[in-house]
Amino acid sequence: MEMREVFVQKLSEAMERDDKIVVIDADLAKSTKTWGLRKTFPERALDVGIAEQNMASIAAGLSAYGFNPFITSFAPFVTRRILDQVAISCLYSKQNVKIVGTDPGICAEINGGTHMGMEDIGSLRSLPDILIYEPVDEVQLMQAMPFIIDFKGSMYIRLFRKVIDKVFDENSYKFDMYKADILKEGKDITIVSSGIMVQETVKALPLLKEAGIDAEVISVHTVKPIDGDTIAKSAKKTGLVLTCENHQIIGGLHSAVCEVLADKCPTKVAAIGVPNVFGEVGKLPYLKQIYKMRDVDIVEKCKQLLKEKK
Amino acid sequence: MDLRKICEEIRVDILKCIGSIGVGHIGGCLSIVEILAELYFKHMNIDPQNPKMEGRDRLVCSKGHAGPAIYAALANRGYFSKDILLTLNQSETSLPSHCDMNKTSGVDMTAGSLGQGFSCAIGMAIGSRLKKDNAYIYAIIGDGESQEGQIWEGAMYAAQKKLSNLIAFCDYNKMQIDGNLEDINSLDPLDKKWESFGWNVIVIDGHDLGQIDNAIIKAKSQNEKPTMIIANTIKGKGVKFIEDAGYGNHSMSLSKEQVEEAIAEIRRNA
Repeated sequence: MEMREVFVQKLSEAMERDDKIVVIDADLAKSTKTWGLRKTFPERALDVGIAEQNMASIAAGLSAYGFNPFITSFAPFVTRRILDQVAISCLYSKQNVKIVGTDPGICAEINGGTHMGMEDIGSLRSLPDILIYEPVDEVQLMQAMPFIIDFKGSMYIRLFRKVIDKVFDENSYKFDMYKADILKEGKDITIVSSGIMVQETVKALPLLKEAGIDAEVISVHTVKPIDGDTIAKSAKKTGLVLTCENHQIIGGLHSAVCEVLADKCPTKVAAIGVPNVFGEVGKLPYLKQIYKMRDVDIVEKCKQLLKEKK
Repeated sequence: MDLRKICEEIRVDILKCIGSIGVGHIGGCLSIVEILAELYFKHMNIDPQNPKMEGRDRLVCSKGHAGPAIYAALANRGYFSKDILLTLNQSETSLPSHCDMNKTSGVDMTAGSLGQGFSCAIGMAIGSRLKKDNAYIYAIIGDGESQEGQIWEGAMYAAQKKLSNLIAFCDYNKMQIDGNLEDINSLDPLDKKWESFGWNVIVIDGHDLGQIDNAIIKAKSQNEKPTMIIANTIKGKGVKFIEDAGYGNHSMSLSKEQVEEAIAEIRRNA
């Protein structure tokens, strides 16, 4: 199932039960699949047109009036473009606005550099009181939706739109918004991954094993507030950390992990991610290749780091 | 109720409030006094004893720097004691320079970063429609603020949604921090702009209580369009040396003597 379908299905069920939930689009309802909601809820599925600033502040006004608004667009247009509206109308005013940004980072693919929000986490993470959540797969998102809907406060949901490989087992997985998931225990190196890079890390595991590397893999879905204890505990054990993210290596997961470890357990932390360049057009395999974000790149990086460690 | 007397008291309290710290946005506070008197003391369905009352009318002062004017009006309306006006911008005050809904009883929305409060008011007007509570949402925007693109994003959408429960005022004092609007980035013809955006536009003398009253009644008499009341005002209205400072009165220092002189003038002319 597509991630956006999971999101919309759960939102639709909640809107059925709760007449305080409102969704606002800015001319991308067909992309986010929120389009279908306006048939069922014509009064509560709004489209402000291409006016994201207005969208965010209208949502804050609705929240101040007792509603639970969701705003949706491509990631850069609900973050970079409207940072002040998110900061002041939503957060500073202590409103309850769910900000859904799709196609984060290189997932914007052939829309190219203008549409690639690769600094969204970095810019939002420095704002007080925001929760930043990036789902890993549909199993997790399904479990996260009730939390998101009930959450009192503003949060950013960094949403990959389409079908993505399942990482979690729907029968055994138990989601906790505030706890990172240890996907595999290991002793040589800790790999902390988020978003689409979790799948890439999982793909790298057999290759790492082949290379004789026993990696511990931690999946971080909530980068703010980050589960520092789980990361620090692992870093203490392995003494070496690699972060993997679909974001600039400045400001996102890498920075968050470094901040935690500088305090709790000073450790060498290497980074895989967008190497602080603007994006460009391309499909995911090409973009992962040029930014060295593939499974093989993770393996190479681990080999190099472990060689340096010795 | 004698609204002229209320205006006198609000003006005096604005002077005391800003005077307590010696500097503040005096010009744009004094220009909206009559609008606030008509709203808080005549038209708005509110209860100072129950500031969060469901279904109440709301006011978003999108030109958030007019906080002291809002505070003076709220104190006179009984939301809090007038002593609190003397804590403006002091540490841990409930009265920050710009309106904050989480700090001040009676303030319906936080504002300060210009353009945003207006959209918040639109969100509230949509919310009121959804709740069917028949409330009116009032907004006050600045003329300088109207240079923000977000104002016009909001203008389009409020008209699109036919939000006739939204009644906005533009405090058209024709001055901004850096100078006169006409020298910086003119809004003229402001009435034609709002009309062309699909609003019900009423142009008034923003210091004439009767005209403000009539404009609000007229706004409520139709259910097709949001209303923009363009209030021609004088920045610093009511105190000669402040008016004479021109756009320099956007934010100005006031000595104790100046505050006393200004209050005496307001009392004399009442």
